[in-house]
Amino acid sequence: MSIKLTVNGEAKKVEVDPDTPLLWVIREQLGLLGTKFGCGKALCGACTVHLNDRPVRSCTTPVRAAADQRITTIEGIGSAAGTLHAVQQAWIDEQVPQCGYCQSGQIMSAVALLATNQTPTDQDIDHAMRGNICRCGTYPRIRNGIRRAAAVLATDTGAKE
Amino acid sequence: MGKWTRRAFIGTGVVAGGALVVGVAIRPGNRAGKVAGLIANENDTVVNVWVKIGSDNTVTAIIPHAEMGQGVHTSLAMMLADEMDADWESVRMLEAPAHEEYANYPLTRGYALGDVAIPRALIGTVDGAFLRIARSMDLQITGGSTSVRLTGQFGMRIAGAAAREVLLEAAAKQWQLPIAELTSSNSTITHSPSGQSATYAELADAASKLTPPSKPTLKTADRFRIMGTSRPRFDIPAKVDGSAKFGIDAELPNMKYAAVKASPVFGGSVREYDEASALAMPGVLKVVDLGSALAVIADGYWQAQQAINTIRIEFNGGDNAGREQSDIYQQFATNLDTANSDGGGTTDFKTGNAEKAITKAATILEVEYRVPYLAHAAMEPLNCTAWVHDDCCEIWTGSQNPLGFRAAVADALEMKDSRVTVNNHYLGGAFGRRSDPDYAVQAARIAATVSYPVKLIWSREEDTQQDHYRAAALSRFKGGLNDNGYPIAWINQFVDKHEPVEASHIPYKIDNQYIHYTDSKTHIPWGPWRSVDHTQHGFFTESFIDELAHSAGIDPYLYRRNLLEDSPRHRDILDLAASKARWGQPLPANHGRGIALQKSFNSIVAEVVEVSIIDGKLKIERVVCAVDAGIAINPDGLIAQMESGIIYGLTAALYGDITIRRGAVAQSNFHDYEILRIDESPPIETYIINSGASLGGAGEPGTPAVAPALANAIYAASGIRIRNLPVKNHDLGGNSAEALDIA
Ligand code: FES
Ligand code: FES
Repeated sequence: MSIKLTVNGEAKKVEVDPDTPLLWVIREQLGLLGTKFGCGKALCGACTVHLNDRPVRSCTTPVRAAADQRITTIEGIGSAAGTLHAVQQAWIDEQVPQCGYCQSGQIMSAVALLATNQTPTDQDIDHAMRGNICRCGTYPRIRNGIRRAAAVLATDTGAKE
Repeated sequence: MGKWTRRAFIGTGVVAGGALVVGVAIRPGNRAGKVAGLIANENDTVVNVWVKIGSDNTVTAIIPHAEMGQGVHTSLAMMLADEMDADWESVRMLEAPAHEEYANYPLTRGYALGDVAIPRALIGTVDGAFLRIARSMDLQITGGSTSVRLTGQFGMRIAGAAAREVLLEAAAKQWQLPIAELTSSNSTITHSPSGQSATYAELADAASKLTPPSKPTLKTADRFRIMGTSRPRFDIPAKVDGSAKFGIDAELPNMKYAAVKASPVFGGSVREYDEASALAMPGVLKVVDLGSALAVIADGYWQAQQAINTIRIEFNGGDNAGREQSDIYQQFATNLDTANSDGGGTTDFKTGNAEKAITKAATILEVEYRVPYLAHAAMEPLNCTAWVHDDCCEIWTGSQNPLGFRAAVADALEMKDSRVTVNNHYLGGAFGRRSDPDYAVQAARIAATVSYPVKLIWSREEDTQQDHYRAAALSRFKGGLNDNGYPIAWINQFVDKHEPVEASHIPYKIDNQYIHYTDSKTHIPWGPWRSVDHTQHGFFTESFIDELAHSAGIDPYLYRRNLLEDSPRHRDILDLAASKARWGQPLPANHGRGIALQKSFNSIVAEVVEVSIIDGKLKIERVVCAVDAGIAINPDGLIAQMESGIIYGLTAALYGDITIRRGAVAQSNFHDYEILRIDESPPIETYIINSGASLGGAGEPGTPAVAPALANAIYAASGIRIRNLPVKNHDLGGNSAEALDIA
């Protein structure tokens, strides 16, 4: 079956069983490999992408549920000009990743959090991020990264006003 | 092995093909030609087995270790660059290809000279033959926290220093000036009096014609400019934009995907399966019976996995199909009892006469501890892409042991090693698991049945149930105290011993010690798990010393301290952790602190855990860690590794529980093999002592002390003594059997 998707702003058409999890369509059909497989059961968050700007676990989202909608992956959150999203920059500044495998998912969850909540409390961070496992234990740095990105975004917004 | 002299190691410099190779090789002979062919790009001069200088004056460190998040690529490059006086901004790094020229010689040397015990677990994976490895030095392993202290110390630093000396000599010759008047810095050699200078790139060609020094001078710590400073890791930018390539991201034209299901009972085999219904499923191309496992190849991974999940497969579990976890624990206890009654078992360490001394003790404490099996659960499920064509096999994977993988795949396909190529990628976590080549062998055997490349991905369920596990173990203690409450006898008996040998030894001054063990084989496959035997022994010994302190009515920190008079480094680290944790200062009700200390992989770590237990609910409030790794090469990297090791250890202590049911692992995914999440992750403070002692590891030493520190904190807060892990199996509301025990 043919399904239309908008991925990182580009219109795409894939021929695929509509039950196929979005994760495997993104990776195998669209060749966007930044989104990772960790558990296949919505338990770890490694596969997190945005569906209409909301974080979803792509491993348990059938591709038909994403038909004709907007999907954003880790490859699509920076600016078109190649500059990093504030969260990505904060991740570098705080030296967050270790093995790095979970980090696309972590960043997608963090970006979604900051899009709706510019001043997250520790509880807000816990709530938004507890679905993302990091087996390397980068949690303390993820927390610092989110705080730093929030501060940067607040300054940017202030500067624009 | 006797021929590996120090001189041969440092001094075998070779000029070949116009390129300079500073010999940091153990074996004599010309290793330059082949190596140069593998790594030199056009315009590069190979100036060292571990370094090359580009025509743009970039210095590329060639590193024989895999990056799995421990920052090793950066730390090792730092060691080389500092000795070389290279400009850090133009230092790059390249992972060495899996080729015998890159076998990890410094690792072997550390073993050969007895400097360091190489974890046998890691070596044994190379087709199981330790001696063969020692002979062929087929070794390119990342594990045992050896990278910095062996490759770094004996390889990178010497390589960098030798390169620098030969470049200086080239400049001196060219300018007809004494070397003493020249200085090197930022990849440039300068003669200050005349203002002459030349970049390393400009001198590389001339340097390549010179004989390298046989014994380059290493910097003393006060002259380090790069080592000891925190440098951003090379691998991080690619890990924030999705571009980092892990094994699972290997892509080849016409590639297909495979999923696999191995016999749930270890050692079992496929008996029967419904091939027709598999082949009828969409996208399915082929069913492969591997004997111990069944694989399905399909157009997409999901299709392959669906087919494996859906079709009927029956396995022959064999003799072990009825084994339960309780049988295994019973076996451990029986084996220990038998060893005691018939005098069997093996002595691990003995000093004084513990059995006699204990008869004179004022107090005797006897306690038994137990830990379960643990899975590694690296974030990236095991996977490997293989393509068998033209009598060759190429694999793409993440491996801690690329040469071992090459040998294992070659063995399985009955090919010469040289017909197998390993393309190593970033490792999405490893923790020891990616040193075993089983998944690569599986991929190669599947790919050998077709003409196209196949990417095999294990489901999380497969990854959990086909791991090589941290051993479950039982450990019994008998401690005898004198009138002052201090131990005069320490008797410890446990099952199973792997590596490192000293894991069960204690730093405390106790005159009479008898530590012994008994093998108790099970059908559960064993594998090195972050810090290996230290994980269980750290918990056992540091819990027991705590129990002795409490039974003597002495503060457990001071109790340890008083037993460390002969171990000043241990004492300093213990003091630092205690003072930073404000040990001894009052805490609110139902709060408690626990302390523990463990030296592993040559690094000494003390940790203090602070917990609260309110209405039976445990919260880890804070962890304070103090570490002495000799010298912290990249301090922020060391801190990151401590944080990581602590969280890894906390996950195990709180939740880790792989149990055996009907011969197979009962857990399958993160719902029943739980991993610590961000909301449970405590603030962690890490403090470093640079004692200047010989270098210690970073990746593993953070883990062992945290489980006992946690258990000791739980005791301090509640009076409940945790003697069996994980903590989740205990009711901390005061109703559990353990709680009653204590009362
Ligand atoms: S892979 Fe989707 S949540 Fe784990
Ligand atoms: S960085 Fe390795 S799993 Fe998160």
